[in-house]
Amino acid sequence: MSAVHKTTEDAVIFDLAAEELRSLNAALQALGGKTNRTAWTIVNPRGAHAIAVGVTAPVAITIEGHAGYYCAGMNDGAFVTINGNAGTGLAENMMSGTVHVKGDASQSAGATAHGGLLIIDGNAAARCGISMKGVDIVVKGNAGHMSAFMAQSGNLVICGDAGEALGDSLYEARLFVKGAVKSLGADCEGKEMTAEDKEILSALLQKAGCHETPEEFTRYGSARTLYHFHVDNAGAY
Amino acid sequence: MTEDHAPCIPVTKPRFSATFDPGTISEIQRAAATGIYDIRGGGAKRKVPNFDDLLFLGASVSRYPLEGYRERCGTEVTLGTRFAKNPIQLKTPVTIAGMSFGSLSANAKEALGRGATIMGTSTTTGDGGMTPEERGHSQTLIYQYLPSRYGMNLADLRRADAIEIVVGQGAKPGGGGMLLGQKITARVAQMRNLPEGIDQRSACRHPDWTGPDDLEIKILELRELTGWEKPIYVKIGASRPYYDVALAVKAGADVVVLDGMQGGTAATQDVFIEHVGIPLLAAIRPAVQSLQDMGMHRKVQLIVSGGIRSGADVAKALALGADAVAIGTAALIALGDNAPELEAEYNRLGTTAGAYDDWHEGRDPAGITTQDPTLSARLDPVKAGRRLANYLAVLTLEAQTIARACGKSHVHNLEPEDLVALTMEAAAMAQVPLAGTNWIPGRNI
Ligand SMILES: Cc1cc2nc3c(=O)[nH]c(=O)nc-3n(C[C@H](O)[C@H](O)[C@H](O)COP(=O)(O)O)c2cc1C
Repeated sequence: MSAVHKTTEDAVIFDLAAEELRSLNAALQALGGKTNRTAWTIVNPRGAHAIAVGVTAPVAITIEGHAGYYCAGMNDGAFVTINGNAGTGLAENMMSGTVHVKGDASQSAGATAHGGLLIIDGNAAARCGISMKGVDIVVKGNAGHMSAFMAQSGNLVICGDAGEALGDSLYEARLFVKGAVKSLGADCEGKEMTAEDKEILSALLQKAGCHETPEEFTRYGSARTLYHFHVDNAGAY
Repeated sequence: MTEDHAPCIPVTKPRFSATFDPGTISEIQRAAATGIYDIRGGGAKRKVPNFDDLLFLGASVSRYPLEGYRERCGTEVTLGTRFAKNPIQLKTPVTIAGMSFGSLSANAKEALGRGATIMGTSTTTGDGGMTPEERGHSQTLIYQYLPSRYGMNLADLRRADAIEIVVGQGAKPGGGGMLLGQKITARVAQMRNLPEGIDQRSACRHPDWTGPDDLEIKILELRELTGWEKPIYVKIGASRPYYDVALAVKAGADVVVLDGMQGGTAATQDVFIEHVGIPLLAAIRPAVQSLQDMGMHRKVQLIVSGGIRSGADVAKALALGADAVAIGTAALIALGDNAPELEAEYNRLGTTAGAYDDWHEGRDPAGITTQDPTLSARLDPVKAGRRLANYLAVLTLEAQTIARACGKSHVHNLEPEDLVALTMEAAAMAQVPLAGTNWIPGRNI
């Protein structure tokens, strides 16, 4: 693999301008849990799609630049940092690990993700956390419309404002918003912040390096009126 | 006038309206009483133009046939030859369609795997994820990638033999799904990361891609996730097959699965099942035309489904240009669904064997469309799997019989030229001549 430059025993630099996406992902996916090549830097990503998808080793991957669609898709254990912006479906269906974008994330960030932590330093576009299934997401900026649509479980923290129809058709995910919420979606309502909520929120804020306190946030969740189909609710759909 | 001389006035027989027939009247009454539309399982029950309206010509002087039981007539099929390192090799062109664990019991899923494996064909997961039962008992397992992504995970994706991106289903093109709370047991709920006992909505759109350009990138991601090893299928409900097939192929599909309006469902509104989408007969030719126009026929394989019942249906689908078929409803019937032995129990559910379609309610006496442990236990997965294998063997033999009669040494050599139509509708849809004429509606004018 010509473009893999071993700089030290454990650090690898991979140049996507010189080498194919396929060899990058093949190399990352082949890493076992006990690899000593634990620090990967990807240079010249130039918005490529599907960078560092499906990695199962707990290695650190830093992308120096902007990533395209589905960056770190289905991540299962890696720590991925993007020094740039990320396209649609960042960390979609993540199983475990951490994905941290220093810039903004396009729509459907963290879609259907089952676990792990997704940190977005900038803003998240529409449908952030759509259908999320257990992931923790912290957005330091604003999140777009329909965020947490049909969100099933996990926690979504928004330090800025949330767009229209937040948490539409929500199941058991917990939403925490510090700023304004343009509107709540069907079956989403403000809830009292319990001690457990506070604990979860403050742990997430800490992990994401935020200085906010849980008291500054409002908790939203499912009113659970759509849990059983009933004709009287037809107007809500 | 005495009684004896009374004129004999004939009694008008009660006459049902063709417009307001008894079924329609009872539906209006039901709707008025409940205020909710009817949800059911199964496919379209109304009559639509179908394969029964086509006939094979058979060989005679101008063509000669192959000897039954002696001369070879191949049935094997390879799917996913376009990009995948490991295409799917099947011994018969009849596959088992995706049906979710949740809608079906674990025993039913196991039985489908067993039956398919005996016959050397594939089975498919469904909305709800992959169960160890079906992976364990299916030699070739296609893993569905659905909008809900229930149970979707990396390990199962890599355990699968192919990936099927579901855009739509023939029973409900443009619709999502709903698994009612009765069927959400602890196991189903856990696999879907949702609370037990609540109704579960399956989304109608994928959460992280919308148009065909996005689909292309999604397919790239799935290939990158699985080392370009596995064929990627794209499943569409038949509505605009020419364009949908073209876009799926442009997006990079290895295989297109086309499901006609007769296709079964676990639970959908009756109005959707009966009124949205087009019959399979009408959908195959535009799909094949689309592949041909792109120079991709036989390079991107076409699997068709929706009301396939017999080897004749299989042969007709292949003759019109499909590479394989998929069966759902017929497979469930082979396992034991709607069995006459259960008549008394169907009666208790207000129906009769052969008409039972409340698959969403989870009370299936055959133990197939249920999560009730007592009912599920009634289905012996080994015996049911054997019945499915028998049925698949019959479909294969029947298709071979027809192919030999048409002089073909492989079922894929069947062609539209071997067919004629009994009705003008079928002739127009299948683009084969009306029997006894050389007239194909819309052509030779
Ligand atoms: C009980 C049942 C469950 C189904 N579940 C799914 C599903 O999860 N995903 C899907 O793409 N299609 C599903 N289908 C549709 C089948 O994959 C297939 O398209 C259809 O059954 C083919 O038509 P046929 O039933 O007439 O053979 C289901 C069908 C049935 C009968």
